[in-house]
Amino acid sequence: MSAVEIPFAEARSGPSRRTFIKGVIATGAAVSSSNYLFRTPGALSASTVVRSTLPRMLTLNVNGQTRSVDVLPQETLAMTLRYKLGLTGTKLGCDRAECGACTVMIDGVTHYACSVLTQTVRDRQVTTIEGLESADGTLHPVQQAVIAEGGFQCAFCAPGFIMSMVALVNENPDPTREEAAQALSGNLCRCGDYDKILNSAMRAAEFSRRMA
Amino acid sequence: MAVIRDMIPSFELLQPTSVDEAVDLLEQRDNTWVLAGGLDSMDWFKDRIKRPDSVVELSGIDALKGIRTSGDGLEIGAGTTLTEVANSAEVQSRFGLLAQAASEVATPQIRNQGTLGGNLIQDTRCWYYRGGWPCYRAGGNICYAGTSRSMNREHCVTGASRCVAVNGSDTAGALIALGAQMMVRNTSGERVFEAEDFFIGPAIDIQRMTVLQPGDLLTHVRIPGDYANARFYWEKVRDRKSWDWALVSVAASIVESNGTIERARIAVNGIAPHPVRLTDVENLITGMPANNDTADAAGSLATRGFRPLRHNDYKVPLARNLVRRAVRGDAA
Ligand SMILES: Cc1cc2nc3c(=O)[nH]c(=O)nc-3n(C[C@H](O)[C@H](O)[C@H](O)COP(=O)(O)OP(=O)(O)OC[C@H]3O[C@@H](n4cnc5c(N)ncnc54)[C@H](O)[C@@H]3O)c2cc1C
Ligand code: FES
Ligand code: FES
Repeated sequence: MSAVEIPFAEARSGPSRRTFIKGVIATGAAVSSSNYLFRTPGALSASTVVRSTLPRMLTLNVNGQTRSVDVLPQETLAMTLRYKLGLTGTKLGCDRAECGACTVMIDGVTHYACSVLTQTVRDRQVTTIEGLESADGTLHPVQQAVIAEGGFQCAFCAPGFIMSMVALVNENPDPTREEAAQALSGNLCRCGDYDKILNSAMRAAEFSRRMA
Repeated sequence: MAVIRDMIPSFELLQPTSVDEAVDLLEQRDNTWVLAGGLDSMDWFKDRIKRPDSVVELSGIDALKGIRTSGDGLEIGAGTTLTEVANSAEVQSRFGLLAQAASEVATPQIRNQGTLGGNLIQDTRCWYYRGGWPCYRAGGNICYAGTSRSMNREHCVTGASRCVAVNGSDTAGALIALGAQMMVRNTSGERVFEAEDFFIGPAIDIQRMTVLQPGDLLTHVRIPGDYANARFYWEKVRDRKSWDWALVSVAASIVESNGTIERARIAVNGIAPHPVRLTDVENLITGMPANNDTADAAGSLATRGFRPLRHNDYKVPLARNLVRRAVRGDAA
């Protein structure tokens, strides 16, 4: 689950949309997401007038790694993570702070990546679902709990829920089911699999306590 | 749910680190937008309905963040997150009304990022307006929500003037009931507003929800000690337990001695284009026993003259009952 490098992202400061797409296809890293690009003519790099005086090459700290990336002033973190850094584990459901699929942690606190400007996280630590496992590939206790409980159906919502579960167990290692539900109340599951998701959260807390 | 549209159109992003710098930037440029947590703003940008040339982003201004004691009360920076407000020991122990209101806003992720200032200044949720319909509030000459065929279940039952949209802020009512003041800066200096005067209706200006003019920055909210540890009542009625604005909410601070109401401040939101302080009700109940009869009288007076729209007459008994419960001091 380690992060996939898209060499393109750090190579240039003013890529045209065409080279961006070529870059994406050539590396094959983000092919599954390229349909979003074609659905959004004029996306990402096509903005012609960039009046900001901000440096566009940003150094971001994502999952403990330092990544250089070319970021527009109006670009959201979800866009940067998915389409520039290849971290497609973070999902876009609504792009409107209404579903939680894009939940990531910034300095250990959960946020909707669809509603954060990347330029505002310059000096902060971003953690995505790809960053939860340890260096040797051992899954995070929350991930193990989800597997143990068979927590999700289609699992599109899973990365977001898992990030919220990590925040829960960090803050409250021994939650009641009601407290767990509260902590997960900013994530929606389209399959309506809440019961199993809550089972996973309770199991996650148990696994985390055991490891602590 | 909105479709995934384009990227947000380009804007100049300005990231000041002090209040002075921020108000200078706002003064120097036209068509600017103040961005705090961005949770109210991003939809507008993504939908391309509001298109600022410059965005003044506040997260780098430390002076806008944090909670500190001031005199016998508290001062809360406009850039303090709702989670920080809800979890603050000082807020919880003396002004629990605000902690409770903040903790029921939207979702954990939104509270982690949304600021107190942004929550107070948020624009209305009328979906005709949010959807980009050219209504009065958007500079047009019609209200799409007020007609007999409109979807207006969430709209107002009092205080309308052409526009029938309501204010959606949960913290607004709590701060009015605590007698808070809003501190506003621009390049000419500082102005202070009583919380209930900070919010305005369409009769005053149909395009704004608050007194803030372009160039103004809300810096702090000051909560005096007057109602610290009063008997508080907060209740928010909504369709969904998470992620949802109030249909109607009530916030009350009541000081009693020996079962008699000595003084009270009560605010209701979700019924009008601005949160409503119920001054008449406060006067009525002052000096009265905190019992059922007083509560009934308060509820009736609170809703006198309400004029529901086609689909929202339920808000009249809802508001009446919430005020009753607040005065009686039910367990919410
Ligand atoms: C899905 C969803 C559900 C929600 N549910 C609720 C709810 O249940 N209850 C509720 O009360 N709210 C709710 N909200 C609103 C949410 O709480 C606010 O949008 C959020 O608190 C705004 O804070 P922000 O810092 O993100 O604001 P921003 O979007 O950054 O700002 C909001 C507005 O305030 C202005 N502004 C912000 N700070 C300042 C300042 N210091 N000086 C001058 N102007 C300023 C901005 O220019 C903008 O117009 C919900 C929002 C969403 C997206
Ligand atoms: S994609 Fe961010 S909340 Fe839905
Ligand atoms: S499992 Fe399908 S959306 Fe949650």
